[in-house]
Amino acid sequence: MTETKQEKDPVNVSVHTLYKANSTRRIALITGLSIFVIVAAILSAGIGTVSIMPQDTILAIGHSCAVSLQNFLHTYLPSVAGWYDTIPFTIPAPSNPQAELIVVGFRLPRIFLAILTGISLAVAGAVMQGLLRNPLVSPFTLGLSSAASFGAALAIVIGPGVLVSYFLMSYDMWIVVFAFLFGWLSMLLVYWISRSRGTTQSTLILAGVVIGYLFTAGVMALKYITNNEKLRELMVWLMGGMWGASWSAVLLLIPLVVICFFLLERRAWDLNALSAGDDVAKNLGINVERLRLSGLMIATFAASCCLAFTGIIGFIGLMGPHICRMIIGSDHRYLIPCAGLMGAAILLLSDTVARTIMSPVEIPVGIIMYAIGGVFFLFLIMRGKGRGLY
Amino acid sequence: MDIVIESVSKEYSGRRVLDTISFSLGKSEIVALVGPNGSGKSTLIKTIAGVHSQTSGSIGIDGTDIRKIDPIELAKCIGYVPQHFTFTLYSTVFETVLLGRRQHIKWSVSDEELSRVQHSLEALEMEHMAGNYMDQLSGGERQKVFIARALAQDPKLFLFDEPTSALDIRYQIEVMETMREITWERGAGMIIAVHDLNLAYRYADTVVVLHGGKMAGYGKPQEILTPECINRVYGVDSFVVENEQGKFLVPFRARASN
Repeated sequence: MTETKQEKDPVNVSVHTLYKANSTRRIALITGLSIFVIVAAILSAGIGTVSIMPQDTILAIGHSCAVSLQNFLHTYLPSVAGWYDTIPFTIPAPSNPQAELIVVGFRLPRIFLAILTGISLAVAGAVMQGLLRNPLVSPFTLGLSSAASFGAALAIVIGPGVLVSYFLMSYDMWIVVFAFLFGWLSMLLVYWISRSRGTTQSTLILAGVVIGYLFTAGVMALKYITNNEKLRELMVWLMGGMWGASWSAVLLLIPLVVICFFLLERRAWDLNALSAGDDVAKNLGINVERLRLSGLMIATFAASCCLAFTGIIGFIGLMGPHICRMIIGSDHRYLIPCAGLMGAAILLLSDTVARTIMSPVEIPVGIIMYAIGGVFFLFLIMRGKGRGLY
Repeated sequence: MDIVIESVSKEYSGRRVLDTISFSLGKSEIVALVGPNGSGKSTLIKTIAGVHSQTSGSIGIDGTDIRKIDPIELAKCIGYVPQHFTFTLYSTVFETVLLGRRQHIKWSVSDEELSRVQHSLEALEMEHMAGNYMDQLSGGERQKVFIARALAQDPKLFLFDEPTSALDIRYQIEVMETMREITWERGAGMIIAVHDLNLAYRYADTVVVLHGGKMAGYGKPQEILTPECINRVYGVDSFVVENEQGKFLVPFRARASN
């Protein structure tokens, strides 16, 4: 007994040291990823058909924020505006006169959309994998991406119409609502299948894939019957990309993604407990059915809102969480934020490459992402063989 | 601490899996549930663990029906180790055991919780494995990790469904000895479903024999687990060997099915 102990671990590390070392490593990774995403975003804003120096990029963002804030204060809070104007320090406008328009007007919304979509898809993937205890689950494999795209496509084809003007809904909002409703419908189907007796994990994935095909069929039907002008818009959804980026979309998504993130992060401990099985989780006082339903709903909401603006984006919901699991393990308290940042980093990089590699021609982000995703998927399967993943 | 199970019945889509089961246990008492496959042992344990609710009857802890206790409070009273256990890839032994403290943890993990995990692992001589991944362990080691999780939960009642099924004979004895000590030290009760009748013989204070969802015997192991009872319930011929180490039951032949 003692011999084997010494062989395996000469220094008897206590649980306390182990936990603290792990936490430090995890926090370091999350901090590192955050810095990486910010730096990548600033660099990405500088590259493209017109190159802009990083300092000009920062000045453009800073200057434009300061000017917008000033305008806002003068319009709505004149009393504060007076005080604001007395601040002696001003951010100078960038030396390149076009920088502000290019960076703030065109590139930033797109960068934000990539980051937000990456976060929400990867977080949704991590949570869904935890909730259904299946490493293959992601918004894409469960048919959510196709369903949300079908919803968005349907919204485009039907058009906002009278109902929307009645509720004073914006066109973007109208698409988001549709994407969410259909995304949710697909999740309910999957949830219902996962609950019925005798369902194995592979049936679940199979059901998700089939549901995905059903909605793809719906999208194809819409494509077939719709007119030229709408068809172009539809094609954009189906290719998947950041073309739909605009400040109005970004400003709508930021609060939604942030709220969903915190709601899911609050459930991190329950997700951890669920990893020991439904029965143990129930014994630990967790309402498993409620957790699963609410978690799936929030994750679906976050993912489908972003998908409504980007079209079908696959793999990121599978890749982000898995890379992070390999690096920092399965504690959802750290896994959820880490996966989100990883998703943001991957999508932002892929989109930047897709945007610039053949500049001025843009290639769909899917080409880059799926190439990375495909290789990663194969890697997962090869690795899984040795570790009893399937 | 008193656990009273009173005429508990459970039906699954019209089929009665448990039929008016009644027994009780007190402080430091170990009750062994024995019976053939499909006799309702797991169902009974899950029902007491609150995994699913009974169709009729009541389960009480110190006079309070468990269905009236808040789930989080109940989780502090009852610790359950299922027969089939699951874990996720990339989770460590430490993280799995820490789950036993779930109901005490709001967000961050205090030193006290960590100490409890450390003690639970030490009780099963597993502290050197704390950082190992679950999928690197053998079946028996995993089973011990799950037992450690229940220990960390520090409940008044332990519920074990076949806790030693994956353990070799040495670990079986070690784990049972440990559990025996812990129930004595903490004054906790323990209900344990076992296939190995000799474990029941040796460690249980009371034995409940289940047969087709009904109680087929209830009392001290030596009085209940007789060759006649084994023959009636399992359809197996057996004899009892007695020496200075105690009594041992030796099953040797399956009765021809009729």
